[in-house]
This record gives sequence, C-alpha cells and structure tokens, in this order.
Amino acid sequence: MAEEFFIQGNEACAKGAIAAGCRFFAGYPITPSTEVAETLARELPKVGGSFVQMEDEIASAGAIIGGSWGGTKSMTATSGPGISLMQENIGYAFMTETPIVIVDVQRGSPSTAQPTMASQSDMMQARWGSHGDYEPIALSPSSVQEFFDFTIKAFNLAEEYRCPVLVMADEVIGHMREKIVVGDDIEVVARKRPEKTDDYLPFENIENGTTPMPAFGDGFNIHVTGLTHDERGYPDTNTPETHHNLVKRICDKVLNNKDKICSVRSENCEDADIIIVSYGAPVRSAVEAVNRARANNQKVGYVKIDTPWPFPDEQLKEITKNASDVLVVEMNLGQMYYEVDRVLGKDVNVHLMGVIGGLLPTPDEILDEINKIGGN
Amino acid sequence: MSENKNRFLPYLREDRLPHIFCPGCGNGAIINAFLAAMEKADMDFDNIAMVSGIGCSSRIPGYLKCDSLHTTHGRALSFATGLKTANKDLDVVVFTGDGDAASIGGNHLIHAARRNINLTVICINNNIYGMTGGQISPTSPKGSFATTAPYGNLDTPFKLAELVAAAGASYSARWTTVQMENLVLSIKAGLKNKGFSFIEVATQCPTYFGRKNKLKTPTAMAAVMKANTVFKSAADRMSARELEGKIVVGEFANTQKDEFTENLERISVEKSGKKTLINSAYSTEL
Repeated sequence: MAEEFFIQGNEACAKGAIAAGCRFFAGYPITPSTEVAETLARELPKVGGSFVQMEDEIASAGAIIGGSWGGTKSMTATSGPGISLMQENIGYAFMTETPIVIVDVQRGSPSTAQPTMASQSDMMQARWGSHGDYEPIALSPSSVQEFFDFTIKAFNLAEEYRCPVLVMADEVIGHMREKIVVGDDIEVVARKRPEKTDDYLPFENIENGTTPMPAFGDGFNIHVTGLTHDERGYPDTNTPETHHNLVKRICDKVLNNKDKICSVRSENCEDADIIIVSYGAPVRSAVEAVNRARANNQKVGYVKIDTPWPFPDEQLKEITKNASDVLVVEMNLGQMYYEVDRVLGKDVNVHLMGVIGGLLPTPDEILDEINKIGGN
Repeated sequence: MSENKNRFLPYLREDRLPHIFCPGCGNGAIINAFLAAMEKADMDFDNIAMVSGIGCSSRIPGYLKCDSLHTTHGRALSFATGLKTANKDLDVVVFTGDGDAASIGGNHLIHAARRNINLTVICINNNIYGMTGGQISPTSPKGSFATTAPYGNLDTPFKLAELVAAAGASYSARWTTVQMENLVLSIKAGLKNKGFSFIEVATQCPTYFGRKNKLKTPTAMAAVMKANTVFKSAADRMSARELEGKIVVGEFANTQKDEFTENLERISVEKSGKKTLINSAYSTEL
C-alpha cells in the first residue's frame, strides 16, 4: 500500500535516504539543510542505523567515506559553506570509487551570505569543486516528492557506478511542505560483493568500468588510497599510463552511461519558438509561465533538467531543435547557462535569466523575459 | 634464506617491498612493535582494518596485509570514525604523524578523543614534516631548525599524549623508539582498551630533523632521545624548568569510560530492538 505524507522537503530527503538503505549519516549543522540531520538523528536508530554529529564538514565527508567502506550506505547533508569544506574528501571519494550521497540544500552565496534564502549557486562547485578531472552525477529536485525520489535515485546511482552522487536541492525545496506518496515498490540497488578469486583486482580496468566493491572485514585485504593506484590498489604515482588509465576509467564509467543516467523532462516543446530551460525550484515557475503563455497563444515550452551532471547534451539538442530561442532560468548569475550555451549556442539564441537575492523567480517575471525575447 | 626470514613477514604485503622509508627511520621499528603487540594482545590480524592520513607514518598501512584506507591529510580519524561506526566489530587501527594528527588534523584528534571511540591510534612523532622535505611541525622543539624555520622554531610544541588525555581519551601514552619493550606493552594495552587509545612514539628522522639539527646519525639521535627521556613518575616531581627539553614517557590516561559505538548500539537496540546493522549496503531487505 502506498502511503501519503505532508512533510517538509528536508524530511522527505531523510525518508528517501532510509528507504534507499542508508544506515549511516554523518553531518554538521548548517542552515538550510539541518532538518535532514535532525530527522535522521531521530529515525536512523529505529532501523538499526547510526547518526554521528561530526566536528565539521570535512570530518563529515571523511566519516561517510569510512562508513561506506565499512559496508554501509552513507550520506551527509550540507549547504554552501559546508560543501566548500567537503571538496577535498569528495575528490578522494571519486578517486577511490566510494559510493556516497551528498545532499546540498543550496542557500545564498558566496561565503556565509543568505543562510535562510534560496539559490542554485553551487552548481559549478558540484561539477568542478574538487581538484582534478572527474565526472560527477548530480540530481536537482523541483518538489518535495522529487527530493524523496531523487535521494533514493542518488543512492542507487552511487552503488551502480561506485561514485559520489550529489543531490543539489535548494532552500525552497528543502523548507517547503507538500504531499508525497511513498510507494511500496521502491527500487533499491544493493551493493555487489566481488567473488573471492586468486586473480581478484579491486580496481580492475574492466569493460564497463565499475568493479564490485568489498567491505572492510570481508577478507579481501585491500588497500584503498587517493594516490594514483594500479588495479591492485597499490600506489603507482610516477607511471603516466597508470594515472591516465585510472582517471579515464573513472570518468568514462559515467560518460559512457550518460544515456542511462541523464534525465530530462519537457512539455510543449515540439512547436515552441522559445523554450525555457531550468532545474530545481525555478522549474515550478517555468511550468506556470508556459501555461500562461500557451493560454495567450504564445509558442513557449519548457525543459526540466533532473540531472544537471553529467550534462544532458544530446537530449537538450533534440528537444530544442525546432526552437529559435532558449531562456535559461536559474538562481545564480549564470552557471548552467554556460553549459546550455556550449551545447545549443551554435543553433539557437541562448538567453540567461539569472536571479539572485534568495527569492524564487515568479511566472510573471519569466513571462516578462519571454516577451522581451519575443519582441526582439 | 627462508629460515632467516623475519617472523612478521606473513603480515606484510611482500609484493610492495622495498618500502619508501629512509635508512635510520624509526617506522620499521614501530611496525615491528605494533606486530609484536598485536600478537601479545591475541588479536585476529584478519579483523584489523587500518586507516591513515598523509605523511611518512601514514604509508605504514599500505605495507601491511590487511584492509587499509590511506586517506586525505589530517582526516584519518574522521574516516576511521565512520568505518568503526559502520562496523563496530572491526579492530580499527590508525597510523598518523605529528603533522597529520596535530596540525591539519588537530580538531579531529581532540574530538575523536572526546567521543572515546574505540580506535587505536599510533602517532609517530618525528618533530618534522618528512614527506615534504623537512618543514617545522607542531611538535618541533622551540628553537629547533627546519627548512621553514631557518632561524629556529618560534612556537611552543604541543604535548600530544597530554593533550589527548585532557581531551577525554581513555588511554594515552608516550614512549620513544628507544624503549621498545614499553612501547609494545603500551600498544598492546591500547589494542585491548575499549575506547580511544593514543600511543605517541617519539622517533628519529635522521634525514631531515637530524640533518637540520646537527644530529646526523640515527644512533646520535637515539642517544640524545635516551638522555632526554624522563619517566612520568619522576617527571611528576620535577619543575617545569627542569623538564625543559625532556621527553616525558609513560601513561597519561588509563581509565574505563563509556565507548562511542557501544552507546550507539545501545540506542539502536532500544529504538529498533536490534543491534546496529552491519554490511547492510549489500542487502535490499532491511
């Protein structure tokens, strides 16, 4: 039987984590994500899980990586200043192929800025925040239901591709209350244990790029290091091929599966002259702006990007192929805009509606921008 | 040759040898002490998981044939906290150094001690950053020289064993590489203690500390260390002035306290009727 709840986005995220099999959370209080930690502090012990309030966000990221190697699905939740502190350990998780989920309930930035106001200003940090080449997976929920669903999806993707997955929410979605439906047929991906064979290689360069991951204590005696390592996991920091093969495999296992990972939804785009591209909370206003434009016989559609990373180049090109103009609506001064422009800029006019200050752009404000484009 | 093999060789990843440590480094003797203590404590080596940060001492777990997590600089204790919380049945051992544990990782050190989480931490204190080529560390003696203290160290060094004891660890001790018997017994006590155990080992780094401080050979460094060593029982009766430049050895904490993961498990049993789940990532039926 499906159950219904009327809850806050951050609570839905915590509920989704438990449904996905998360049994360890380590975090540090930070507005506007704290309710995720508070909910899990209360709920995890009820399902045999553990909650630890760490001394800072660096420690939180480290603890969940340790927890993951301990054989437990692990998560942390934070906001801008915290995600900045976590970056080194997030890079470590990419290099060591450790499945973890990091929830970022974005707030006004840079620095301490606007703790209780919304933004989407960490999108590029999700992409490039840690030093080096890697291919992150990030999901952006636009409703409380999606915050629940995407948290589950994040855990499943993390297990499937053995990598960190970021849930890039924002203060609007984190703090709003909506009805969610929790089905009884939730798909959960379990971690795969490797087989104990004589030629077992924990970081084997296999075809699809993702090797099964043992837990510490399973008897595999594996060495895990952030140094460039060979297929055995042993440091090999001076051989160019070792580094090239390792980093390429870590990137390719995501890039080669973009068709499975990327998720984009669109409406009214087939005949649209102008298409709104957005993700996260602003999608809500974009949908209403399109409804009003259509009522006024304006040919406007919208694209909602569920997975900003890896960026859905192909889907976006296909959906917008008949349009003349694309309007990117986001709560920063242009981050995903540059990605959209990179992919579509040769074929259509790409415009930015970048809103900062903490308030969600309204449908009317988006319509004003549409009309400006239409008038040109 | 086989009869001359070191009896601890089965615990090592032979395919990783030779190691990267300099001639005269204390790390080898400390690995020896650890393995001896591990046997004396009747530990199951296969149940040991090691965690380390960045630095010379943090390379030790990579040479031991057990699960090992070589993490980011200073953060070993936060990774170890997560690992131990996720699977409290593992015996988690952390190898760290003075820069790793007390400088970049200082906050994690005092908080792990405060939680009294059941980890055994072996902190190899060579008073200098070896891996990066001889810079000043938070335990470098005042006035000592390093590449980043060409005119002598201006800062007062941390006393790590005392710091960790004050932060709430249930076991804390300091020895030097000159007192191997005591060191082995202390590591054994740390492994058996159900709580946060911190064993600081003052050691020689002839390559950098020695070279910069006119102590060119390992034996010269060992002789100075031995001459400056004062047992805690004697130090307790000495003045601060008399203790200047001395290395106080002994136990600074050895008590019974509530342990962190035991407390978490108690709450899990209270709230869910079952112990904290182990290896739950591999199951969909939770």
